[in-house]
Amino acid sequence: MSITDIQVTDELVHDDDHNEEHHEQSFIFKYIFSTDHKTIAKQFLITGIFWAILGGGLSVIFRLQLGFPDMDMGFLQPFLGDWISNSGKLDPEFYLAMITMHGTIMVFFVLTAGLSGTFSNYLIPLQLGARDMASGFMNLLSYWFFFLSSVIMFISMFLSTGPASGGWTIYPPLSALPQAMSGSGMGMTLWLVSMVFFIASTLLGGINYITTVINLRTEGMTFRRMPLTIWAFFITAILGLLSFPVLVACVLLLVFDRSFGTSFYLSEIFIGGEALPNLGGSPILFQHLFWFLGHPEVYIVILPALGITSEVISTNSRKPIFGYTAMIGSILAIAFLSFIVWAHHMFITGMNPFLGSIFMFLTLIIAIPSAVKAFNYITTLWKGNLVFTPAMLFSIGLVSFFISGGLTGLFLGNAAIDINLHDTYFVVAHFHLVMGSAAFFGLLAGVYHWFPKMFGRMMDEKLGYIHFWLTFVGVYLVFFPLHYIGIAGFPRRYYSFTNFDAFSSFVDLNSFVTVAAIITFGAQFIFLFNFFYNIFKGKKAPSNPWNSNTLEWTTPRIPEHGNWPGDIPKVYRWPYDYSKPGAKDDFIPQTVPYHQTKESNTDFENEESKKEQSAS
Amino acid sequence: MENTAVIFANRNIKIKSVNAKKFALWLFIVSICMLFAGLTSAYIVKKSDGRWLQFDMPDMFLYSTLVLVLSSVAMHWTYLKAKNNSLNAVKMGITVTAGIAIVFFYMQYLSWTKLVAQDVFLVGNPSGSFVYIFSGLHLAHLIGGLVFLLVVFLDTMSYKVHSKSMLAIEMCTTYWHFLGGLWIYLYLFLVMNN
Repeated sequence: MSITDIQVTDELVHDDDHNEEHHEQSFIFKYIFSTDHKTIAKQFLITGIFWAILGGGLSVIFRLQLGFPDMDMGFLQPFLGDWISNSGKLDPEFYLAMITMHGTIMVFFVLTAGLSGTFSNYLIPLQLGARDMASGFMNLLSYWFFFLSSVIMFISMFLSTGPASGGWTIYPPLSALPQAMSGSGMGMTLWLVSMVFFIASTLLGGINYITTVINLRTEGMTFRRMPLTIWAFFITAILGLLSFPVLVACVLLLVFDRSFGTSFYLSEIFIGGEALPNLGGSPILFQHLFWFLGHPEVYIVILPALGITSEVISTNSRKPIFGYTAMIGSILAIAFLSFIVWAHHMFITGMNPFLGSIFMFLTLIIAIPSAVKAFNYITTLWKGNLVFTPAMLFSIGLVSFFISGGLTGLFLGNAAIDINLHDTYFVVAHFHLVMGSAAFFGLLAGVYHWFPKMFGRMMDEKLGYIHFWLTFVGVYLVFFPLHYIGIAGFPRRYYSFTNFDAFSSFVDLNSFVTVAAIITFGAQFIFLFNFFYNIFKGKKAPSNPWNSNTLEWTTPRIPEHGNWPGDIPKVYRWPYDYSKPGAKDDFIPQTVPYHQTKESNTDFENEESKKEQSAS
Repeated sequence: MENTAVIFANRNIKIKSVNAKKFALWLFIVSICMLFAGLTSAYIVKKSDGRWLQFDMPDMFLYSTLVLVLSSVAMHWTYLKAKNNSLNAVKMGITVTAGIAIVFFYMQYLSWTKLVAQDVFLVGNPSGSFVYIFSGLHLAHLIGGLVFLLVVFLDTMSYKVHSKSMLAIEMCTTYWHFLGGLWIYLYLFLVMNN
């Protein structure tokens, strides 16, 4: 029986034994096949940065085509090879491939994996007071599935027939028929394979995040004391868990249509003068399934950024976040609503106008929780002792984009106006501001804010400011004019507009946008230098550089495997006790019990402090 | 050493309400539910779209459903035996459960041949394709269940499954019952909607 007893204890003691058994790991297991959440987070971040450069680079190339259609692009031949014709023109099919890849890369690889993957992994255990994720092995799998998916997607870009080209939404029948365009051949197949691994990665990660939040909170860390970052990551993971399987269903049927000849999405198609045998399918079915994922996906992208912003703005305003409960409530409301608005992407599919007005109504309701969030950010900033760190600037930038991009959502959410604006540059401007740039700014704010904890060194503030202003102004210069171009009726995804007389007055505006895009893209290299140089050469960071309350700043300068050298800290209060009246400092970390802060306690907290003392 | 470890363990139990691995399994089950919810919704949407082929579900699907219920019964019997530390019975139970599952595989295959005999093919009207996709995808998940059974079987061989170490077999039982329930849902859905 003693054997069995030991086995029982082995299983249960698991969480507590890290500090005792410290063993040197080989390079491979420490940095490559690591199960440590901090290393995995950095892996996600670096991979995300790689993809962001690639995705951004693609956008610069197709902006060149749009802004300067007569340009000789021969200088790109070393990179793009045969995709640039001998007369220096960009291949139109490759143009479509580039916008598809840009969308896919940015939505999935950068703003889902790069954002959630990095910060959920890094912050959930650190801010909750856990030694690691619930399952380190699943976490390892999550990253390596993502890596595999990245490799496959990357390879697809070097096919002679080009990568997937039907837009990131891969609508059939275009994507379902290899004979429809060259990008629907092998490139599309690899896209689908890559996405299957990507979904597996997201689900493994998401299951882990949810389990960790539910099970591994330290003593005293009630749900009401969780930082808003964790709330955002938690709800994001639930959204992913519920919506990505539906994408699997959607993609699975597409795979069967493509490879086995079924007709889920195909019916009565003539292609090249030839009738296809497929009968009885419906491409609208695909759109329903796709957008059931696709819409929550938008919030999977933006919610973590909003969570990061809450934390950064509160810390750097030296004020408690305004409306903590309302913030949680609005995250929950946005998450709930995100599942019942998907058909607003489909107003022009010939859907019943009555159904359209229901979806319009539900869509416009999202304005309420979104406005609550914007209001709370602004009221947190109001009369705060603002500390303008680069992270703070990027967070404020996020709020700005979220508002100015969100306003155009009111137009697009209207079924009647959407008929005019659908698939124009107005839509492009809308989502690039509200979820693209906003989420990207959240990502950057997170990197600037948690860099000292990730690498134990500080990033350069001056370079951060230059990076911020160039990017912030640049983003507006790129996307604001696109609203006008969109209202004028420019359809998105078109290779060229020079054939249309109506658009000739917008040539200069398009060139302007392209120049702004190049400058904005160029500014990111300031960040890259700042990031990689300071990993090795930066000033050594103090353990709590921003005077922040949350638990990750109670770890050593560079947290080891297991995060805290001794016991896991206990939590006694919520994370937003900044500038509390009567308190000695302008911040009281979550680990300080109420009985040590008599001078600043409220009546209720004095009651709590009595309970604390009687308990200990 | 042992005693302190046990005390540690007890303290841990108090803090945690659910076992993390079990909870993760439930989340995994939720994601599978969403997968099939998506597919069955697609079925309803497609059906309301018209151009829908009507056909009778082969009776073989009913028999296979009953067989799968039987395997769930066997699995549960195995679980109870593990609680009683009857390890030989556990090994036998797992073998029987897996054996019945393999019979179920064969019966699903027979059902497909019956469908083919009715001129309902995978390639053709979506109403038929959906039946193949639903049953095939369910079988794919059942393969996962069989692998899980194998793992628990090997654990039992090395005395890691007994009344004080029930986690693996409990999770396996949960997943197995879920797969049974999932198929019953799919079967009833197909029968009632066709």
